[in-house]
Amino acid sequence: MTPTVRFNAVSKHYGTTAAVDAVSFEIEKATLVTLLGPSGCGKTTTLRLIAGLEHATGGGIEIDGRDVTRLAASERDVSMVFQSYALFPHMNVLGNTSYGLRASGLNRARAEAAAREKLALVGLAGFEMRLPSELSGGQQQRVAVARAIVLEPKVLLFDEPLSNLDARLRRRVREEIRGLQQQLGLTVVYVTHDQEEALAVSDRIIVMKDGRIAQDGAPRALYERPASRFIADFIGNANLAETMVTRLDAERVEIVLAGVKLVVRDADAFVGPALLAIRPHAISWGDALPGTIAKAAYLGSHMEYEIAVPGLAEPLFAIIHDVTRPRPVGDQVRLGFDPAGLALVPRG
Amino acid sequence: MRLWLGLLWAAALLLPWYGFEKLSWSAMTPLVGQVFAGKYWLTPMLVPPLLASTARPRWCVAAGVIGIGWMAFEGLAITHRGPGPTQPALGWGALAYATACLAIAAFGLARRGWMRGDVFVAGSLLLVVGTILLFVAIPVSTILLSALRDNDGHLALVEFWDKFSDKSIWGLSCLQSDKACGVAWNSLQLAIIVGVLSTLLGLALALIAQRTRFPFPGLLRMLSLLPVITPPFVIGLALILMFGRAGFISNFLYANFDIPRSRWLYGMAGVAIAQVLAFAPIAFLVLLGVLQSVAPSLEEAASTLRAGRWRIFRTVTWPLIRPGLANAFLIGFIESLADFGNPLMLAGNFNVLATDIFFAVVGAAHDQGRAAVLALVLLIFTMAAFVAQSRWVGRRNYTSVSGKGDSGMPARLPNVLHGVCLAVVLPWLVLTVVVYSIIMAGGFVTSIGRDNSFTWKYFLTAFGVEHGVGGWFLSGSAWSSFITTMELSVVAMPLTAVIGLLTAWLIGRQSFRGRGAFEFLTMMSFAVPGTVIGVSYILAFNVPPVELTGTATILVIAFVFRNMPVGVRAGLASLAQIDRSLDEASATLRARSFRTLRLVLAPILRPAIVAAMIYSFVRAITSVSAVIFLTTAQYNLATVYIVGRAEIGEHGIALVYSAVLIVVMALALVLIRALVGEQKIGRRSAMVIT
Repeated sequence: MTPTVRFNAVSKHYGTTAAVDAVSFEIEKATLVTLLGPSGCGKTTTLRLIAGLEHATGGGIEIDGRDVTRLAASERDVSMVFQSYALFPHMNVLGNTSYGLRASGLNRARAEAAAREKLALVGLAGFEMRLPSELSGGQQQRVAVARAIVLEPKVLLFDEPLSNLDARLRRRVREEIRGLQQQLGLTVVYVTHDQEEALAVSDRIIVMKDGRIAQDGAPRALYERPASRFIADFIGNANLAETMVTRLDAERVEIVLAGVKLVVRDADAFVGPALLAIRPHAISWGDALPGTIAKAAYLGSHMEYEIAVPGLAEPLFAIIHDVTRPRPVGDQVRLGFDPAGLALVPRG
Repeated sequence: MRLWLGLLWAAALLLPWYGFEKLSWSAMTPLVGQVFAGKYWLTPMLVPPLLASTARPRWCVAAGVIGIGWMAFEGLAITHRGPGPTQPALGWGALAYATACLAIAAFGLARRGWMRGDVFVAGSLLLVVGTILLFVAIPVSTILLSALRDNDGHLALVEFWDKFSDKSIWGLSCLQSDKACGVAWNSLQLAIIVGVLSTLLGLALALIAQRTRFPFPGLLRMLSLLPVITPPFVIGLALILMFGRAGFISNFLYANFDIPRSRWLYGMAGVAIAQVLAFAPIAFLVLLGVLQSVAPSLEEAASTLRAGRWRIFRTVTWPLIRPGLANAFLIGFIESLADFGNPLMLAGNFNVLATDIFFAVVGAAHDQGRAAVLALVLLIFTMAAFVAQSRWVGRRNYTSVSGKGDSGMPARLPNVLHGVCLAVVLPWLVLTVVVYSIIMAGGFVTSIGRDNSFTWKYFLTAFGVEHGVGGWFLSGSAWSSFITTMELSVVAMPLTAVIGLLTAWLIGRQSFRGRGAFEFLTMMSFAVPGTVIGVSYILAFNVPPVELTGTATILVIAFVFRNMPVGVRAGLASLAQIDRSLDEASATLRARSFRTLRLVLAPILRPAIVAAMIYSFVRAITSVSAVIFLTTAQYNLATVYIVGRAEIGEHGIALVYSAVLIVVMALALVLIRALVGEQKIGRRSAMVIT
């Protein structure tokens, strides 16, 4: 089966700087793939290259097996939900939603019927005659989604769709987007800089950095087996510490951290110096490693500590769910580690 | 495409090839007929329709190039000098033919991948560039050509140099003796004085308006409207009635204080006063905008850093507005150089370029060569100022236009500065009020200052309506020019707005190679003084192939291309307010550029479109300099008529007519503002989520 989107060594140069640098990937039909990365990593440019709003300076782009590298946005079978929603302020909800169908040559009656159907799908039946300025942020967002899916595009693009919503609405809308994607079997490319959002909605995540792909894989794979120091830090804020692999066998890797022996579930390792990623959640009160509380903060559901450990260059950042017995700054503690939250990271 | 192909065939087979406003029988013959009638050199023009009928992109491009190229070549090759073939002026058929060729070439180019395959963008770009070349660049360059030739049309470089470096232009004898200096120096000197004075006045008023509680805000708003709706020479006229030899203030001074009447007003002093009065409001508007865009938070930051009012002004405000001051100066400078009406009224023996050009064309000497040389000098001055404005000032803009609300309070003025500003501004405001009272009332009194009894005499002479044998008829002497002016301005209005906003859209929303040059070309026509346009149109369009002098069309064209840059600027400013994601959303929803422009941008831009139309209407009515060369007895215009009346001393009629024009334009402004004010469009601010 041909992939829905194929990037073949695509580059986008602005003058001498490369916003996207020889990027290749494929996106399968009916999957939700997230482009994740810090600002300026090239993820939005990649999305706009798929849409045809930017044109590649090198490489080739295929959508559903057809070469679209040189095609304008209006000639491509994609549609997009913009960060600002980009609803036409002078048209009502129905006008906005039927716009794409009318542009595709459908007559008014059929276009509006299809638009009403999709508006009902996103829960906006009855709002057809409102102007965008008369809707709440969440409603505007739904109009933008309805306007995009009504065209039944080969690929649906989302550019940071939740960034204009407040925190509580964000969770609900992202679930709705995921639900809609699975219900209609849409192929979606989704851009965000929020790793939690990416982990929550994606079938697959492509992490970008400096115009290149840093890692490409399922959410779980990215979290549990980060391919680099950057990924380990960016996804899940892992503590990174120098360590030494002392023994290897089929199931377990033994390492020494600050003089204490630990076990990691990781197959790809070599005996010798290595980098260990420790998830903040994987740290608990135990008996393995001695340390001193350097900072403590109460966040309601949990405590956040910075713990100085002799032999480690930087203090460890830990999230502890026991809030009933907070440890004061300066307190001497001993730490334990959940092996599921430990991973060896290739150097680089 | 099929439409344009049809037009091309129709132009070749059916439409009258020659003849435009006046159609004669032989001119009615279409292209094919002309070829059979012995104009064998038109034969290549039959090739493009055949090529275009293949609908192959490559052949379409060739068709366009051959069609327009050959048309230009044969048109310019037939010079009417000596023996050889002759040709009448090109007509409707040729116009349709050229338009269709452009469109077909655009189709071919777009299909070959130009402008991302967008036929509409390619076509509009070709259309705009083509018309600007034809009606701005080519006429202006004919000035250069005719400056290089003698009056018989031979190339004469030595003579050109003599004419160009002539003492009457560049002479400096006024420095040593009391003889007059060269006209170029006069203009330059006047322009610098007017530029400086109007900038300072404008700044003083802007400071007062924005930084103090001025008791008459309505007066300031009026003042900002006045330069738009005042025909430029009217101020000069009012000054004559006050300070001229027989002016009522001169009379008063003579009668009461024994100050002798003199002709001091007629010369540089008078022109400078009139121009400062006319152009200081423009500087005020520019500087008010600049002051408003200085973020108050910067001044508040300075005051929390222990700076006093005077120090804040000196170290923060002043450096921030300096580029704005340079801009205001250059605008005043260019306006003064280009101004024609006031020097015509007031200059006396003080010659300036703008009027000398006019007298070289219409005067007894009738020396087109000299007019061309003078126009060239004037053009060099204004171009230099324009380049300085766009290159140098444009890049040093510190004022913050972030669009974010900045809720601080601007710093108050230092007391001394406040006093100085008031001392400068109050006399100016008083003078302006007096000047405008004279303009509005002067036409309704018998003889202002001497016999102040009310009279309808002048109004009835100009705008009388009488009942005669055939019923009611317009007996007033002004009606004919008034109606012509209104008709032509109304015709020019939508054309100006459409071409201006289309150009703004191409500059602001499309990317293509040479966009910078394209923008410069369109804005450049802003810096070409009206007098230069007038002369260049006479030189360029007096003979076939494009013969337009004496027609109403040339007046409309002059209006459109004189005022188009205003539409471009307005369009660019409004487009900058519309988020690009709207265009992009439309594109990803399968809409091509024309659909996006029509359904998304145009409705949001409606206020800007209306403003551009109104502005073009008003400017068309008030313009004198370009059209004074182009009017005829049949197509006379209001301003030209008024200047004529004023020159022969019929001040009453001139004032009545000016007052009527001002009232008409003010009404139009108010009406449109009311209409635009009711526009209900969800602004972008409404889209920001709260």
